[in-house]
Amino acid sequence: MTQVKGTAAVAGQEKLAEGVYSMWIDTEPVAAQAKAGQFVSLYSGDGARLLPRPISICETDKEKGRIRLVYRVAGAGTEEFSRYQEGDTVDILGPLGNGFPLEGMAGKKAFLIGGGIGIPPMLQLAKELDCENQAVLGYRDGELFLKEEFESYASVYVATEDGSAGTKGNVIDAIRENGLKADVIFACGPTPMLRAIKAYALERGIPCYLSLEEKMACGIGACLACVCQSKEVDPHSNVHNKRICKDGPVFKAEEVEL
Amino acid sequence: MNTKVTLAGVELKNPVMTASGTFGSGAEYGQMVDLNKLGAVVTKGVANVPWPGNPTPRIAETYGGMINAIGLQNPGIDVFVKRDIPFLKQYDTKIIVNVCGKTTEDYIEVVERLADEPVDMLEINISCPNVKEGGIAFGQDPKAVEAITREVKKYAKQPVIMKLSPNVTDITVMAKAAEAGGADVLSLINTLTGMKIDIHRKTFAVANRTGGLSGPAIKPVAVRMVYQTAQAVKLPIIGMGGIMNADDAMEFILAGATAVSVGTANFHNPYATQEIGAGIEEYMKRYQVEDINCLIGAVK
Repeated sequence: MTQVKGTAAVAGQEKLAEGVYSMWIDTEPVAAQAKAGQFVSLYSGDGARLLPRPISICETDKEKGRIRLVYRVAGAGTEEFSRYQEGDTVDILGPLGNGFPLEGMAGKKAFLIGGGIGIPPMLQLAKELDCENQAVLGYRDGELFLKEEFESYASVYVATEDGSAGTKGNVIDAIRENGLKADVIFACGPTPMLRAIKAYALERGIPCYLSLEEKMACGIGACLACVCQSKEVDPHSNVHNKRICKDGPVFKAEEVEL
Repeated sequence: MNTKVTLAGVELKNPVMTASGTFGSGAEYGQMVDLNKLGAVVTKGVANVPWPGNPTPRIAETYGGMINAIGLQNPGIDVFVKRDIPFLKQYDTKIIVNVCGKTTEDYIEVVERLADEPVDMLEINISCPNVKEGGIAFGQDPKAVEAITREVKKYAKQPVIMKLSPNVTDITVMAKAAEAGGADVLSLINTLTGMKIDIHRKTFAVANRTGGLSGPAIKPVAVRMVYQTAQAVKLPIIGMGGIMNADDAMEFILAGATAVSVGTANFHNPYATQEIGAGIEEYMKRYQVEDINCLIGAVK
């Protein structure tokens, strides 16, 4: 896989929910290689903001050579991105990271669990996975961004913190309330959610893959900013640290300490 | 046109090198940058044993800069010698190993391990602000600077670069102490100690509370310190601190640096090192400079 930093054209942008935006970017080299669960580094046009923002790939359209990023405005950099319109350009590096494993999954019953801004990467996974897909999506409130799009590729179960839609509570509450079962779990979301999912999976002996997030600088494994703790000594770091950007962002649940 | 410069007898094909800690040992950036085009690769600091580094978050962006507190995570000298040196030997560039330690003995152990390895120079990190022991503790007291330099020189088979901290009242005092201890080259500056508060979470933006500020925000401070040091000592200087492009690199060279290191710029532009090398040649063409050495310290 070759990563190239290049300038790409924005193909369109829309607001999906309060603070949540969807942007399509024309980037043939990234789209051609991208796998579900990978991310890209997006660079600000303001020279005072030096570091790229790592953003997960929500969808890939290989025919058009486009990728879709669905992201939350978390600061000045993502706020800048949210103002981009069709025809604007943005510097992009990717695809980065390992992505979710797809091999040997055919025919299994799968949970695709997304919490908040961890929901977007699960959409491309739902499209690529040859499984009986059950998407369990956790939202803050009734702004159920991407939910309808998941319905084409998965049976969808919703949890909301405020109880305004689906199960009141978290994604585990939604799994319990709906009496759901799975042979394999894929998840992306806030650390407390991932911790609960890891415990759920280990208790039941279900293979589980978690996509992690951390502040990043280089995005390619050189700077050692975005490490997570690993259960065993990692062969690259030679300590109990793995690089989320390079060795992840997807890890087997039992590999990492959350 | 000559872009070659010499540091303590080691000839670099051009003055552009990487700043320790931003470039690993080159394997990752080597996918995008032609390492053969760099004057030298300066590795991430390596200690006698593996170090786990600091808790996360380890970095935060600031206006025109960033704060890092990685805490010198490194795999230890054994893995480094087995894996990273052979990797770098594939390329036609000089290898400079950054050495860190908690005690003088730690530094010496690494220096001795490297004595018979094919590395060109050693850069001794006495200026990391993000570890409790070692690092900057050696770099803020002129007696300690002189003593550690002298000890390292006793065991080193390669020329020794002492990397100085800007977190001192007068950097020329530390530069003279390193010179008195027998240093061959100085590199400056390491990061400036800084802090960022996350006002939304009401906590420190990096887990270590303080971290090292780098990037273009610190460049004027770095240029000033390189200039002052160039006036104060006879040793060649590797200048660094916020170099983003060839113009920035030229400022350091004109201020007295023989070579320059590119650090934070790699995160903003993975091709920065290579582009700066090309940009220095363009500068030389534009001003019809035959030899880069004519420009070193040309501004007095």
